Amino acid sequence: MISAPDVVAFTKEDEYEEEPYNEPALPEEYSVPLFPFTSQGANPWSKLSGAKFSRDFILISEFSEQVGPQPLLTIPNDTKVFGTFDLNYFSLRIMSVDYQASFVGHPPGSAYPKLNFVEDSKVVLGDSKEGAFAYVHHLTLYDLEARGFVRPFCMAYISADQHKIMQQFQELSAEFSKASEYLKSGNRKAFAVELEKKLRDLDYTRTVLHTETEIQKKANDKGFYSSQAIEKANELASVEKSIIEHQDLLKQIRSYPHRKLRGSDLCSGEVDHAQDQPGPASTTSNLDEYADPDPYTCRPAYTPKLIKAKSTKCFDKKLKTLEELCDTEYFTKTLAQLSHIEHMFRGDLCYLLTSQIDRALLRQQHITNFLFEDFADDDRMVEKQESIPSKPSQDRPPSRSLEECPIPQVLISVGSYKSSVESVVIKMEQEFGGEDCKEVEVAEMNSFDLQGNLDYLDMDMKGSVSSGESIEVLGTEKATSVLSKSDSQASLMVPLSPQVIRSKAASHRTISEDSIEVLSTCPSEALIPDDFKASYPSAINEEESYADDNEGAIHFQASISLTKLGEPEEGSLENTSSQADSCCTGKDSDSLLVPLTTPVHALSDEDGVVSVPPQRYRQKDPGFCVDFAVENASPSSRDNSSEGFPAYELDPGQLLASRDISKISLDNYSDTTSYVSSVASTSLDRTPSSAQLTERTPSSAQLTERHKKRAGQNALKFIRQYPFAHPAIYSLLSGRTLVVLGEDEAIVRKLVTALSIFVPNSSCCAKPVKHWVSSPLHITDFQKWKLIGLQRVASPASAGTLHVLSRYSRYASILDLDNRALRCPLYRGTLVPRLADHRTQIKRGSTYYLHVQSMLTQLCSKAFLYTFCHHLHLPAHNKEVEELVASRQASFLKLNLGLVNEDAKVVQYLAELLKLHYMQESPGTSQPMLRFDYVPSFLYKI
Amino acid sequence: MLRWLIGGSREPQGLAEKSPLQTIGEEQTQNPYTELLVLKAHHDIVRFLVRLDDYRFASAGDDGLVVVWNAQTGEKLLELNGHTQKITAIIAFPSLEACEEKNQLILTASADRTVIVWNCDTGRQVQKVSCFQSTVKCLTFLQRLDVWLSGGNDLCVWNRKLDLLCKTSHLSDTGISALIEIPKNCVVAAVGKELIIFRLVAPIEGSLEWNILEVKRLLDHQDNILSLANINDLSFVTGSHVGELIIWDILDWTMQACEHNFWDPFPQLDTQQEIKLCQKPNDISIHHLTWDEENVFVAVGRGLYVYNLQMKRVIACQKTAHDSRVLHIAKLPNRQLISCSEDGSVRIWELREKQQIAAESVPTGFFNMWGFGKVNKQASQPVKKQQENATSFLLELIGDLIGHSSSVEMFLYFEDHGLVTCSADHLIILWKNGERESGLRSLKLFQKLEENGDLYLPA
Repeated sequence: MISAPDVVAFTKEDEYEEEPYNEPALPEEYSVPLFPFTSQGANPWSKLSGAKFSRDFILISEFSEQVGPQPLLTIPNDTKVFGTFDLNYFSLRIMSVDYQASFVGHPPGSAYPKLNFVEDSKVVLGDSKEGAFAYVHHLTLYDLEARGFVRPFCMAYISADQHKIMQQFQELSAEFSKASEYLKSGNRKAFAVELEKKLRDLDYTRTVLHTETEIQKKANDKGFYSSQAIEKANELASVEKSIIEHQDLLKQIRSYPHRKLRGSDLCSGEVDHAQDQPGPASTTSNLDEYADPDPYTCRPAYTPKLIKAKSTKCFDKKLKTLEELCDTEYFTKTLAQLSHIEHMFRGDLCYLLTSQIDRALLRQQHITNFLFEDFADDDRMVEKQESIPSKPSQDRPPSRSLEECPIPQVLISVGSYKSSVESVVIKMEQEFGGEDCKEVEVAEMNSFDLQGNLDYLDMDMKGSVSSGESIEVLGTEKATSVLSKSDSQASLMVPLSPQVIRSKAASHRTISEDSIEVLSTCPSEALIPDDFKASYPSAINEEESYADDNEGAIHFQASISLTKLGEPEEGSLENTSSQADSCCTGKDSDSLLVPLTTPVHALSDEDGVVSVPPQRYRQKDPGFCVDFAVENASPSSRDNSSEGFPAYELDPGQLLASRDISKISLDNYSDTTSYVSSVASTSLDRTPSSAQLTERTPSSAQLTERHKKRAGQNALKFIRQYPFAHPAIYSLLSGRTLVVLGEDEAIVRKLVTALSIFVPNSSCCAKPVKHWVSSPLHITDFQKWKLIGLQRVASPASAGTLHVLSRYSRYASILDLDNRALRCPLYRGTLVPRLADHRTQIKRGSTYYLHVQSMLTQLCSKAFLYTFCHHLHLPAHNKEVEELVASRQASFLKLNLGLVNEDAKVVQYLAELLKLHYMQESPGTSQPMLRFDYVPSFLYKI
Repeated sequence: MLRWLIGGSREPQGLAEKSPLQTIGEEQTQNPYTELLVLKAHHDIVRFLVRLDDYRFASAGDDGLVVVWNAQTGEKLLELNGHTQKITAIIAFPSLEACEEKNQLILTASADRTVIVWNCDTGRQVQKVSCFQSTVKCLTFLQRLDVWLSGGNDLCVWNRKLDLLCKTSHLSDTGISALIEIPKNCVVAAVGKELIIFRLVAPIEGSLEWNILEVKRLLDHQDNILSLANINDLSFVTGSHVGELIIWDILDWTMQACEHNFWDPFPQLDTQQEIKLCQKPNDISIHHLTWDEENVFVAVGRGLYVYNLQMKRVIACQKTAHDSRVLHIAKLPNRQLISCSEDGSVRIWELREKQQIAAESVPTGFFNMWGFGKVNKQASQPVKKQQENATSFLLELIGDLIGHSSSVEMFLYFEDHGLVTCSADHLIILWKNGERESGLRSLKLFQKLEENGDLYLPA
C-alpha cells in the first residue's frame, strides 16, 4: 500500500517543479538541455534508465574449462534485480578481459609444476549496449582436477553508473579484495587437503605397483624384461614422479602465506583472520604449523585409492562448485562480505560521496558524535581508525618505493632470469616426450597469444581508439599514468615489460568483442601488486616465457645496469636470485622460504594489531546481509496497517468529541493545570491524510536508510498531529524518560521508533530506547531507558502498571496515545519549535530526518562549547562561591549560546552526557545515573 | 492527579488522596537530590547499611550477603560471602589507632548462628565464631574496654581476638532486642518488656577474669521495647510497642519523663470506620528514635513526633507522615529530618518554628482527617494537636524521594555523597545532589584533560 503522505509529497513537489516552467522562457543559449532519458523515466537522477536491471548487483562468474564463461550467482540473489539483463552474455564479457592468463604446469624453467600465486586483477569495463558498467575483480582458485590446476573466477560489481564505478574504484577494490581473500584462503585450505589425499593415493599406488614389479621380477629370471615389466616400471616411475610433483605442490601451497604476506597490503588483516593460518607467532612456529599434517590427513577415515595410470579426461568429470573449492565457512564469509559490499555501494554516487565525506568529518568529532549519530556507522568508523594508522607504517614505504621506480623492478626480476632461461631450454628438450608436453603446449599457446598482442601494442599504448567497431579505451588519469610509464619503457629499448604485455593481453581479448569499452585496466595503485608480483619467484615463470619468445632477453641483459636503481628492494632481489638457483637445483621450496621469513614476522606482528576489527566486522555482517524482505517481515508489525488505523483516523466528529471529553475532564480536575492547544484543529486539518500506517518498525536498533526515512516521516506526522509535540520532544532532549502508553503495540512501536531520533545516546552502544514493555516499570527502567513504549491493558491487572507510572511520574513524561494526552513539564524554549515546526515545509521523511540531524548537530556543538569552557565550571579562585559559578554558567548559556528558558536544560543534560562519555574508561560499561528535576508537570490534551 | 491515566471513576486507589497524608507536589525546590543511581547486588531484602568511612558503606540483608560500596561512584567494591542465612546485625569495628594494621573491620551476625569478622579492604574473612546457642540479634562495641558484646538469648562479651570473655545465663527466649552502652561500664539490654542493666567487670589485679553482672531490671514498660537509644551524657530513651516513650537517667536508671500520648486523641471514633481508613489505626509502636541536643525524634507508627527534652513535651508532630509504618529516621545537621517507611518512600522534613500559634490552635475535626468529599486545603496541612497547648514548631515536608517499589528499610546519610537507601525490593539507591555532582564531574573532566595534555590554559 502506498502511504498517503507519500502521495501528498509527490503531488506537492510536482507543483513546485512546475513553477519554473511557467515563467518566461530563458533565451535559448542559457537553457540547459533536457536530460536524455526523460522519456523513459520521470526521475532525471535515475542513472538506471538506460540499463536493463533495476539496481546495482554483484555477479560471480567462472570461466569453466568445460562450458566457457558462465554466471554462477548474483548478489542480491533476486531475479528482479537484474531483470532482463543477460548474465550469460555479460559473463562472457567480463571473463574475457581476464588478464591473468594464469599459467600453471611445468614452466620451462622448472622440473615440476608451479603454482602461480598471482595477484587479482581489477578492471573496469563498460558495455554501452547493455548500459552496464562493471568493476571486475578476477581471481584464480586452485583445483587439482582442473586444467593447469586453476579455475579462473571473477566477481563483478555491475552498475548503470559509470562514474560510480570509476570514483569508487579504490573502495570497491579494497572491499572486493577482502572477499577475494576469503575465497582464496578457503581455497588454499581445501586445495592442500585435496593434495594430501592425492598424495596418499599416489603413495598407495606406488606400494601396489612396487609389489607387483617385485613379483614379476621374481617370477621371471630369464635376465630380460618383458614388455609388461617395462610398462610396469614406467608406470612406477611416473607415479614416483607424480608424487614428487604433488609434494612440491603441497609445499608451494603451504608456503603461500609467507610469500603472499610480503606483497599484499590490501588484505594483511584478513590473512590472520583465516583460522587455519598462524597468528602473530614467531616464524619458526609458523613453519611448524604448516608442516603439521592437516587434520584431514590425520583422520583415518580416508582410505587411499589406487590411481589408474590414465587419468580421466577433464570433460568426463564434474567440476567442483565454488563452495566445494573453498571451505564452506569461507564461502559463507565471502557471501557475507559481498552482500556487505552490495549494501555499502547501494544508491546514488552523490549520496555515496556525501556519506563518505560525512563519515570522515564525523570521525573528527569523536567527543560529541556519539550523542545523536547512528552508532553502527560509528562502529565501523572506529574500526577504520584502528586499521588506518597501522597500515601506512608497515606497508606504505615499500609501495611508495615501488611507485617511484616501477620499471627497474620489472627489469630486475626479468633480467636476473637470464640464467634460468637457458636452463629451461635444456630441460624442455630432456623431457619433451613426457606428459608435460601438454603444459608446454599451453605455455606456447600463451606466448603465441602474446605475439599476436604485439600487433596492438603500439596503438594501445597511446591510448587511442582502437579499430574495433565500438571499442573505446576510456583512459582515466590513472590509466594515462600507466601509459606514460610504458612509453618511457619503450624509450629505454625495453618494449616488453611484462606488465605492459599483460594489460595488452586484456585489451586484446576485448577487442575481439564488439561493444565492450575498456575503461581502465588498472589504476596505478592497483598496478603495484602486479609489479610486485613480478618479483614473486613463481609468478615470474609467466613473464619469463614471454621474454623467451620475444627474445627480449637481449634487451634485458643490456639493461641490467639499471638494476642498481632497484637495490633498495632487497627482498625482491633475494627472491629472484633464490628462484634462479632453485630452478636449477630442483629443491626450491626450502631455499625459497629462507628470504621470506623476516617479512612474515613483521607482518604477523602487524596482524596482531589489526586482528580485532575484522572480527567485529564479521559479527555485523549478518545485519548487513539481511534481505529487504526479512527486515520488513517482523510479524508483529505486519498487521498494524489495518489495526493501527482507527486510532489515527481523523474523523472530524470523533475529534470534536474527544476534545469535548477533554474539556469535561478538565472541569473535573480543576487542580491539574491543563492546556488545550488552539492550534489543535488547524494543525490536524493540515494533514488529514496522515492517518495511513504502512510503517514497519525495525526490530534491530540499527537504523538503516529506510528506517531513518520512516522514522523521519512518522516524527513529522507526530509533530503535525499533536500540538503538544514540543514538550514531548523537549522531554526526550532533556533526558526525561518519555513513556508512550497505548494499547496497540504496532502504533506504540511506530511512534517510539519515530521519536527515537530525538533521543541522545549516552554511549555508543545503543540508543536508550525500549520499544515495547508490558510489565510494570521499575526505577531501573527509567535509569536505563529514555523512551519507552508501554502496553496499556484493559484488565485490572494493568492497574498496577498505571499505579507504578503515577508513582514514578516525576521521572517520566507520559504520552497516552489512546487518550491523546501528554503529561510533562512545561516548555517555553525556542529550540524545539525550530526543530519540530508543525508548519514546516518539509514533506519527506528523509529530509526531515536530515533536518533533525543538522539541528541536533548544532545543539551538540553548543553542548561541547559549554562542557569544555574552562572558566564556566571551575571557580576562578578559591573563595569564589558556587552561586557565582552557577550564574556564570547561566549567563553563558543565555548570552553566548542564545538559549532561553528550558533550552538551557537540554544543553546541560547533553553536557553531562559528554562529561560522562569523556571520562568513561571503557565505553558502555557503567550505567548512567538518572538525573531529574523537581518540576511540575502539566497535562496536555487534544 | 493521574486519574486520566487510570481512567476509572471510583477506583479504590484514592487512599493517598483521602488520607490526611501530607503530600508535596512535583515542585520541590528545597529537595537537593536530583540524581540517583540504582545499585543492584542483593537477591533479597536489604536491611542494613553501615558506614565504613568517608566514602564507603556496607549493605547486608536477608540473602546473607554483605556488599561494600563506594558511596561516591556507586561502584561495588567487595562482595562478602560467608553467611548461609539472613544477617541479623552488623557493626563496623572502629579501627584501633595504635593498631599495626589500619584495616577496617566489620562484624556481622547471622541467623545461621555465626558471627564473622571481615576485613573490608581485602574482602577476606578474618575470623568466624560459630559457638552460639541462639541467633545473635544485636552487636555492640565498647570502645573504652575494647570489647564487643553480642546479644541473643544471652549476652556474651568478646575481645578483639574473638575470645569469649564471659557470658550471662540464659535471659529469655525472645532474646535481647537492643543493647546500648551507658557509663560506669554498664550496658542496657532490652529484653521483651524489661530493661536489664548489666555491669561489666574488667580484670583487675585481683582477678584475671572478666565478669558480667546483672545490676537492675526496669519494668516500667507495658509492652515490648522496640527502640533504645543513648541521648546524651545524662539520659537514654526507650520506646515500646504501645507508644510509651520513657526517658531514663543514665546514672541512676530512674525514669525522668514519660510520654504516652501518641494514642489517638479521638476515642469516640467509630472504630469500624476507622478501620476502613487505614489498615493499622492503632499502630503507635515506637520503631525508631533519634536525637539531637534538644529533641528526641520519634517514629511512632506512621507518624513523626518531636519531643523536647527541656520542655518535656512533644513540640511538633506529623501524625501521618507516611502511608505506612516509619522504619528509620535520622536527623541531619541543618534541622532536617529524614524518614523512611514501609510505603517505599523517603521524606525529608524540616523542623520550623511556627509563626502563628493561636490561629491554628484548634484545627481538628475528624472529617478533615477523613477527607470526605472535596479535599479541604487545611487537611493537607500538618495536623498538630496537643491537648491544651499547641505546639510551637511544625515539621514541614520539603521533599520526598520515590524510587523503591517496596518498603525502605534503612538509609544512611553521607555529608559529601548524599543519601543511601536500602529496601525490600533488593535495591539500594544512591541519591545525590545533581548540581554538586555536575560540578564534580566538570572538575574531573578538566583534570583528565590536563592529564591528557589537552587543556589549554591561557597564560
